[in-house]
Amino acid sequence: MKRVGVFVCWCGSNIAATVDIERVIAAARKMPNVVYASDNKYMCSELGQASIRESIEKENITRVVIASCSPRMHENTFRKTVAAAGLNPFYLEIANIREHCSWVHKEGEVGTVKAISLVRTAVAKAARNEPLTPSSLQITKRALVIGAGIAGIQAALDIADSGYQVDLVEKEPSIGGRMAQLDKTFPTLDCSACILTPKMVDVAQHDNITLHTYSVVEKVDGYVGNFTATIRKKSRGIDMEKCTGCGICYEKCPVKVDSEFEAGMAKRRAIYVPFPQAVPNKPVIDRENCRYFTQGKCKVCQKLCPAGAVDYELEDEVLTVEYGAIVVATGFDILDLQAYGEYGYGKHPDVLTSLEFERLVNASGPTGGKILRPSDGKPPRTVAFIQCVGSRDQAKGKAYCSKVCCMYTAKHAILLREKVPGAKPIVFYIDVRTPGKDYEEFYNRATDEYGATYIRGQVGKVYPEGDRLIIRGVDSLSARPVELEVDMVVLAVAVTARADAAGVGRMLGITTNAHQFFNEAHPKLRPVETHSAGIYLAGMCQGPKDIPEAVAQASAAAVKVVGLLNKDSLVGNPTVANVDESMCSGCLECTQVCPYDAIKEKSITERRGRETLTRTVAEVNEGLCQGCGACSVACRPGANNLKGFTNEQILAEVDAVCL
Amino acid sequence: MSVAKEGFEPLIVAFCCNWCSYAGADLAGTGRMPYPANVRIVRVPCSSRVNPSFVIRAFQRGADGVIVAGCHPGDCHYHSGNFFTRRRLSVLRRLLEYMGIEPERFQVRWISGSEGAKFAQVMTDLTADIRALGPNRKLRDAL
Repeated sequence: MKRVGVFVCWCGSNIAATVDIERVIAAARKMPNVVYASDNKYMCSELGQASIRESIEKENITRVVIASCSPRMHENTFRKTVAAAGLNPFYLEIANIREHCSWVHKEGEVGTVKAISLVRTAVAKAARNEPLTPSSLQITKRALVIGAGIAGIQAALDIADSGYQVDLVEKEPSIGGRMAQLDKTFPTLDCSACILTPKMVDVAQHDNITLHTYSVVEKVDGYVGNFTATIRKKSRGIDMEKCTGCGICYEKCPVKVDSEFEAGMAKRRAIYVPFPQAVPNKPVIDRENCRYFTQGKCKVCQKLCPAGAVDYELEDEVLTVEYGAIVVATGFDILDLQAYGEYGYGKHPDVLTSLEFERLVNASGPTGGKILRPSDGKPPRTVAFIQCVGSRDQAKGKAYCSKVCCMYTAKHAILLREKVPGAKPIVFYIDVRTPGKDYEEFYNRATDEYGATYIRGQVGKVYPEGDRLIIRGVDSLSARPVELEVDMVVLAVAVTARADAAGVGRMLGITTNAHQFFNEAHPKLRPVETHSAGIYLAGMCQGPKDIPEAVAQASAAAVKVVGLLNKDSLVGNPTVANVDESMCSGCLECTQVCPYDAIKEKSITERRGRETLTRTVAEVNEGLCQGCGACSVACRPGANNLKGFTNEQILAEVDAVCL
Repeated sequence: MSVAKEGFEPLIVAFCCNWCSYAGADLAGTGRMPYPANVRIVRVPCSSRVNPSFVIRAFQRGADGVIVAGCHPGDCHYHSGNFFTRRRLSVLRRLLEYMGIEPERFQVRWISGSEGAKFAQVMTDLTADIRALGPNRKLRDAL
């Protein structure tokens, strides 16, 4: 017979002022299987815990019920107490007589009656508690970082510096991400490339980092400590061993297409290096546009290559690698402006997105850093910057604030004044948001020192008149319409999640919010973890943030990864689903409802009389199972049960509640 | 059917998922938000752990009302558990109705870990509903 001990906590006066502890103890002593009941002013105190341990030993108690605060508060504390007394820690049940009772039922004696009922319920369950042993999981000491923008680079460097192997996977031909496209960075006006490229080189040269560019992660299986990823290294058409990166191959390529890196402001060839500081600084053949691949002839680059590195027959390479942890740093896209025809983007060459303007300002950009109108190549005298294009727009854009636009627009205003003396920056804004160290001061410099004009209000229409652009809007502070003649319009377009974010989320088993940004495990207290153990987030893929925030989050994710990889083994969650093979009919309904793909079919051979039969049953992977219990309910023959929350335990609780 | 409603105190079994609704109940406690003591919580990891048979068992054993509370759809700690809850229990609800149980006696609600006030309100309303219905006599085991 199970010997249940009941320990009732006063929690000072928190419980004892409402619940009659004496009556609870007296009632507990009469409950089935209860051999002992006592109280303490503070069960969680060292003295209280010692009294539990002593009573367990003295009274030979085999199951423990503690009536106290919520199990969400002290379940772990008391499990350790129970374990210290030599019992299995899962022999413990907690009756929540504080949050669910004394704090909410202060009238008359209902609190005492309910406390007794809660104790009876816990006793009924505890008597059916089985010993549970957490499984021990091995950890593969290698990390995968997906995305090699500044966040992915930082995370990879930090993990690698801590002594662990990192595979950094980037889908573009070069690492660097969005930051590589930027000119200066706020609020210091550091040159973006000057602070980024040393990190890119560090990545390339680090002994612990294996770089896979022009590669995509196609599949991720497994669980914390034991992930298996399939990585497709797309064929560059270049033998990377032979290529010296001399650049002769692309000089004579006859194909010219818009350069993605230049945001379409310049052309690139079909064989190309995306930008001069690219890492690796070796070309790639864009098969969609290459004349050899589209028309079957050309081969100019192959003829020119002095190293014989161009090889059109090279095929994709598919790698399968095991990892202990994953950092997701897949970055962001920019909102498609189709719904915003009023700004004239795409119709008038002098209406630019801020990313295009960024390239226009950049010394290595299409104009060599001169701010010139795309239409006539003349420097603009007046430039209008329109904020919140798609951000904070519930009607047809994104409801959220993109966070970086206010600051980069102040930067653009300053850069415009520096590069085109006498030019007038005019900013249309809803609110100017500058939280951040030295940010407000930077914005003040744009207005005070550089004379940027800020007009609070939105723009309704942009249209050409002659060779200039007319802006029609409203000044909401004076409530007057505004009409301005400008030479260039720059749109601060909303940042968005990657178009493929939902698919990537499904592949990894992590969730996204309504805007497809990846969800962190807790918005405040677990900002870099996901709900899938062992998968961490860094950078814009989790939500709009600027460079310092992305870097900080990346380093935080790296610490989480290193902390995980540092362990010798992982302690699994023991409250997992369990299949009784003798009862399993092999219908595999359970596999359909499992959100973690933790149940697989398995063949078993058994003897029935003289015959040997082979049949299918379900098998739970305890490393993957998170213990939700959806499968236990789906099981028709009742073979599947959830440890710690078995059908028998819950039914016993229901019976006890209804007594 | 004549039911003595005077002095009737209904017994309500609440299956609460550990991550949202149980935490919501904890928050109602921390915030000292009173609700009727008729409600007894059974903690389950996820609302999808609630087998319809648990609900029927509660009615058989004399519960006057049963509520299953979980995370809001889309916010399930286990990604998708509460979608199964929603489907399974809407079928159960129709079965109970077919058996002659008033549909108000069995409810499914989404209460997050930050909705302590909602928890208290839902339980208060539910208790009032059941009190008005009177005792569950239909599915109760013959005593």
